Amino acid sequence: MYFTIFLGTMEQGLLWALMVLGVYITFRVLNYADLTVDGSFALGGAVAARLILGEIDPWAATLVAFFAGGIAGLITGILHTQFKIAPLLSGILSMIALYSVNLRIMGKANISLLRLDTVITGVTRLGVEEKWAALVIGIGAAVLAVILLWLFLNTEIGFALRATGDNGQMIRSLGVNTNAMKILGLSMSNALVALSGALVAQYQSFADIGMGIGTIVIGLASVIIGEVIFGANSIMRTLAAVVLGSLVYRIVIAFVLQLGLEPTDLRLFTALIVTVALASPVLKAKVQRCFFLGRSETGAENEKCA
Amino acid sequence: MLRMKNVHKTFHPGSVNEKCALAGVDLTLKPGEFITVIGGNGAGKSTLLNIIAGVYPVDRGTIALDGVIINESREHVRAKYIGRVFQDPMMGTAASMTIEENLALALRRGRRRGLRWGVTKKERDYFRGQLAQLELGLENRLKSKVGLLSGGQRQALTLLMATLVRPKLLLLDEHAAALDPKTAVKVMELTDRIIRTQGLTALMVTHNMRDALKYGNRTVMMQDGKIILNLPEEKKKKTSVDDLLKMFEEVTGNTVNNDRMLLA
Ligand SMILES: Nc1ncnc2c1ncn2[C@@H]1O[C@H](COP(=O)(O)OP(=O)(O)OP(=O)(O)O)[C@@H](O)[C@H]1O
Ligand SMILES: [Mg+2]
Repeated sequence: MYFTIFLGTMEQGLLWALMVLGVYITFRVLNYADLTVDGSFALGGAVAARLILGEIDPWAATLVAFFAGGIAGLITGILHTQFKIAPLLSGILSMIALYSVNLRIMGKANISLLRLDTVITGVTRLGVEEKWAALVIGIGAAVLAVILLWLFLNTEIGFALRATGDNGQMIRSLGVNTNAMKILGLSMSNALVALSGALVAQYQSFADIGMGIGTIVIGLASVIIGEVIFGANSIMRTLAAVVLGSLVYRIVIAFVLQLGLEPTDLRLFTALIVTVALASPVLKAKVQRCFFLGRSETGAENEKCA
Repeated sequence: MLRMKNVHKTFHPGSVNEKCALAGVDLTLKPGEFITVIGGNGAGKSTLLNIIAGVYPVDRGTIALDGVIINESREHVRAKYIGRVFQDPMMGTAASMTIEENLALALRRGRRRGLRWGVTKKERDYFRGQLAQLELGLENRLKSKVGLLSGGQRQALTLLMATLVRPKLLLLDEHAAALDPKTAVKVMELTDRIIRTQGLTALMVTHNMRDALKYGNRTVMMQDGKIILNLPEEKKKKTSVDDLLKMFEEVTGNTVNNDRMLLA
C-alpha cells in the first residue's frame, strides 16, 4: 500500500510540476504575481476533456489545451501592458472570466473521462505497463519542459525576458520592448499551466470546474520549497529545484494526510506553508534582532521585539 | 546631431500636483560635442535626459536626432541610438544576472533579438578585453552576479554597457553622485576617457560644479525647466567655480541655496 501512495505522490508531483514551472516563469523570472493560473489550469483540463469527449486524439487535445492557456496568458498580458491594469488585478480578471469560459467549454460542471482514450492509455499502448504509464508521462513532460526552458532562458530573447523581470528601465534603455516580453512570459507560463491541467484531468479521469482553485498557492509553495531546499544558483539548478519542490510538496501533503489531516484542510495548510515561507525573511530579522539586543542590551530592550 | 526646439513637459497636468518640469528647452548638440548640465534640485535636468531617451512623451516642441524627428518613437526604439547611465548604480544593470549576461544584453542594443545563444564564446573573450580596460579586475569575474558588485564597479560596468555598441548620443545623469569621493573621481575620469577616445556626443548632468567646468566642451545651466546659461568652450576655460556661482546669482536673481551645489 505504501508503494501505491508513493507512486501516486510522484505522479502528482511530476504532472503538477509543469504548472509549477509556469508559476516560476511569472513569479521569479518576470517578478509578476499572476493569478490567471487558477483559471488557466482548469482551462487546460476543460479543453482537453471536452475535446477527448468529442473523440479528438488525446495528444492533439492536450496540445490545444496548451495553446488555450497561452491565449489566456496573452489576454492577462494585454490587460496589464496595454490598459495599465495592475498585475494582481489583471490576473484576477482573467481568472474570473475563465470560470465562465471553462463552464462554456465543458457545458457542465464536470466531465468524466473514464474508459476514454487519454495520453496515459496512449502510453500503455506503446508498451509501457499500465502501472508506470502516468509516471512515464510525468517524467517525460517534466524533463522535456526543464530542458526546453533552460535552452530558452539562455537565448537572446530569454536573456531579455529575465532582464525585464529584473530591471525594466535598464532593459528598455538597451532596446527591449518590455511590454512584449511580459506578454510573452505570461503566455508561456499559462500555456505550461494549462498543459499541466490537461494532463492532470486525464490522469484523474475527470475535469472539474473547481479543479484550478488554489493552484497558484500550490505553485508558489512548490517554487519556494524547491528553491530553499535545492538552491537557486544557476538557471538549470533552479529549474530542477522547482520540479523537485513540486515533488517535495506532494510528499509533505501525503505525509500530513497520513497523519490524519482532513483533505478539505489542505488548502489552508498550503496557504500556511506559503505564508511562513514569504514571511521568513521578516521573521528571521526579528529573531536576529531579539537575539542581538538580548545579548548586548539590558533586559528592558528585549520587550521591544515581542 | 541632437536638436531640441521649444520642448515642454508638465507632469500631472490639471491636477493639484501639476508640475512644469520643462518650460521651453532649446538645445543643440553638434557631433562629438560633450555638454555638461548643472542646475539646482528640481531644475529639470533628469526630466531633460528622460525626455530625450523617450521615457515620457513631450507635450510640445520637437526633438530631432540626425535631422529625424523622434517625438513619436518609443523608448526601446530610441535605445538604438542612445546609451544611458543613471544616477542610481542599481538602475543600469540587472542584479540577478551575471556580468557577461549584462554585457551580452548591452551588445545587442539596437539589434533584433532571436533564439540564438544569449552569449557566445567569442563574445566572452571580447568582454574580457573590454573589462580589463576598466582596471577593476572584473575580467576574471564574468560569471559573477552583478548584484555582488560595489556601486562604483556597477557604474563602471554600466558605462561600458552604454558604450559597448557605439551610441549616437550618451546620456549621463549624475552617474557619480551616489559614489564615495574617491570612486566618483575614478568613474568621472573613466567617463572622460571613453567619451574622448571614442569621440562620443554626450550630455552629462552633474551636481559638481568643478566637474562641470573640468569636463566637456560646453556647460549649460538649468533653472525652473529652462536653460538659463550657456558657456561655450573658450569661455568655460576661463571660468572658475566662483565665477559660475556669480553667474547663477545674476541670471536667477537669487543666491545659490543648494548645499550640494555649493559643497561640490
Ligand atoms: N515622474 C514624475 N512625476 C511627477 N513629477 C516629476 C516626475 N519627474 C520629475 N518630476 C518633477 O519635475 C521637476 C523636475 O524634476 P527633475 O527630476 O527633472 O529635476 P532635477 O533637475 O533632475 O533635480 P535633481 O537635481 O534633484 O535630480 C521636479 O519638481 C520633480 O518633482
Ligand atoms: Mg535628477
